[in-house]
Amino acid sequence: MIYSLVGYYSLILGLIIGLSLFYFSYKNFNNSNILDTKILSFTFLQLFFVIISFLCLIFSFVVSDFSNETVFNNSHTTKPLFYKISGTWGNHEGSLLLWLLVLTLFIFLFLVRTKNQPVKYKILTLVFQQIIIVGFFLFLIKTSNPFNYIFPIPTEGLGLNPILQDPALAIHPPILYLGYVGSSIIFSSVLAATSLKIISTSWASHIKKWILISWIFLTLGILLGSIWAYYELGWGGFWFWDPVENVSLMPWLALTTLLHCILVLEKKSILTSWVIILSIATFTLSMCGTFLVRSGILNSVHTFANDPERGLFILVFLFILIFLSILIFFFFHKDNDRKSSSFFWLSKETSILINNWFMMYFLSVVLIGTVYPIFLDVISSQKISVGPPFYHKLMIPFLIPFLLMMAIGPKLRWIKSQLKDKTYLISFFIISILLAFLVLKNFNQNILINTILISSALYLFFITLRDFFVKKYKNISQNISHFGFSLLILSILFNSLFSSEIITNLKIGETFENSKTKIVFESVDQKKEKNYNAIIGNFLISNHDGGEDRFSPQLRIYNQPVIATSEADIKTTLMSDKFIVINLVQNQDFFNVRYQVKPFMLWIWLSVILISLGGIVSLLKKDNEK
Amino acid sequence: MYGRKVKLRFLFVVIVLITLILTTILVLKSLEENIVYFQSPSEIKSLTEIGKSKIRVGGMVKKNSISISSNKVNFIITDFKNEINVIYSGAVPNLFAEGKGVVAEGFLKDRNFFSATKILAKHDENYMPPEVKEALGEK
Repeated sequence: MIYSLVGYYSLILGLIIGLSLFYFSYKNFNNSNILDTKILSFTFLQLFFVIISFLCLIFSFVVSDFSNETVFNNSHTTKPLFYKISGTWGNHEGSLLLWLLVLTLFIFLFLVRTKNQPVKYKILTLVFQQIIIVGFFLFLIKTSNPFNYIFPIPTEGLGLNPILQDPALAIHPPILYLGYVGSSIIFSSVLAATSLKIISTSWASHIKKWILISWIFLTLGILLGSIWAYYELGWGGFWFWDPVENVSLMPWLALTTLLHCILVLEKKSILTSWVIILSIATFTLSMCGTFLVRSGILNSVHTFANDPERGLFILVFLFILIFLSILIFFFFHKDNDRKSSSFFWLSKETSILINNWFMMYFLSVVLIGTVYPIFLDVISSQKISVGPPFYHKLMIPFLIPFLLMMAIGPKLRWIKSQLKDKTYLISFFIISILLAFLVLKNFNQNILINTILISSALYLFFITLRDFFVKKYKNISQNISHFGFSLLILSILFNSLFSSEIITNLKIGETFENSKTKIVFESVDQKKEKNYNAIIGNFLISNHDGGEDRFSPQLRIYNQPVIATSEADIKTTLMSDKFIVINLVQNQDFFNVRYQVKPFMLWIWLSVILISLGGIVSLLKKDNEK
Repeated sequence: MYGRKVKLRFLFVVIVLITLILTTILVLKSLEENIVYFQSPSEIKSLTEIGKSKIRVGGMVKKNSISISSNKVNFIITDFKNEINVIYSGAVPNLFAEGKGVVAEGFLKDRNFFSATKILAKHDENYMPPEVKEALGEK
């Protein structure tokens, strides 16, 4: 009760501080060369109030205060404490409060950590960030207040969707949000820098840190979501081209492109327009993602409530932000690249630029695939969906030059370069093709495209691997990420080519057998837990070559709300995952059994970790130099 | 007549335009081939010809219509006006049950018979796909 009250008024106070910050910024902007301490302390105060509000919501969840509507809708007394807490952001209102928390946290850190930049720039960044923050305050208070009362007070809550009761998903939203919302600070500071015309190499190295932070969290956030989908949704895949996954991939693509552009800007002071456009695009795409997911237009776990008012609010807010940024871009941005704009075709910046074009292409493919069905529904009320073949067909062919460029690009020098004494480049290329052919020679399906794909991924793999030994610590961060990327593509390719799957319906005691595998469904156990009842199937699966494994996948029936979920049993080894999931079709004796062998699953996760590790190394290196 | 720089810029613009046009063509062509239309049992009944492309059918699983054997699942999707028989061999999602909403993806054999390649999972018992809601609401 008291928590809701405190939480709500903290939000109001935070909003008021946000508004007052405009005034202080205005005063400070015109007549001072140092940052007003009032601004700093008010920004801190705002952060403080949002934290208080957030803690209040967490406490309401912990003590199961069902007078709070959000808690009532999303919690239950029998839930383990961990999921009571994670339930805080497992719903619409709470997750928006988390958005706000990250927004205020980032601007505060930005003000504290930014040194050697003009005061006006810092103030203007604050102003732009406050526009976003105030917008979200209004959104939260007006359409999705997390502290609404209900009366009479219910004695029990409705519970959290069981598939969200999972460790990976408990930390997935905060990590992803740090990435998503982290891009807001890039957006604000780019607008500020554009207005003040201070985009330069020193600004680039200052903003690069923020891009890296946002990028690392976004990468890890997507990874966590993907791992969760793999073991919880029971399909045994890691990426489904589901609209909700796509909306997180789009900002990632834009952010990755931006990261490469900023490197060029840092070194060569060119591509400024690109940097501005990409920064705006990244944040806009993050907002779009929030809009699409929150408005109920997309169907997914993330669609908490279908409230058109919320969708409309975000949409209007989004348009205001886009309009503002386009205005600033056109009125203030003067392209002053002229002095060094002599591009030579064989140079590092050209190769980065070309790959940026490829990434923009991938981005537009994902964008069209995600938005087109919505668009068609609105104009012709025809219901369609766009499946994975669409994405695969349009992306895979372009992955080949993309990978090759990634391998050769870093070998080139800035401005102008020649490829001489690079016999190893060619010999690696031949080795890759031979190796790919050797692996696939007994494979009769699409051998040509697969061989080319695998050879180009192998090529990148070898080139980056060689650099670890030859170049040692030079460019190590970039090398780690590129190496991780080649590993990712290789693992995905091998995974999709060599996965096998058996789907069958079995009664207890029955056996399924084909030429390779024998599945014995031995028995069923029952287990009673605090928040669910489980049916555990006992399976003995043997391969024809002698390997034998015991599996015990579960079917859980949660009590609040009553939902059945399948808990897959996964045996992970270095080379492959064995994955089994069962399901009971109602009132029947048959269990629906799905058994998959998925090679290199572990490597997919590891390679994404490697990719983000590259970012972390780059971030730490930057700090040490100062 | 024109300087080297102007020529280069012209070339650049041309390349950009060509890539844009190519991309658009590629994307549109691929879209055409890979989109999956959603239809309700009633819409299927009124089809004049049976297409060969993949479609989605949505509605309710009819009460007492699920029958399961070792390699397939049979059931009936209804929108309370018309219904269609579905044959499916594959993994069944958790919330697949009689009297609940369902979306099946696959190919039409004829107006009464649908061979599903995938049954889509939903994540929430209260949640009904908007398509299904609309298909049911039309009655």
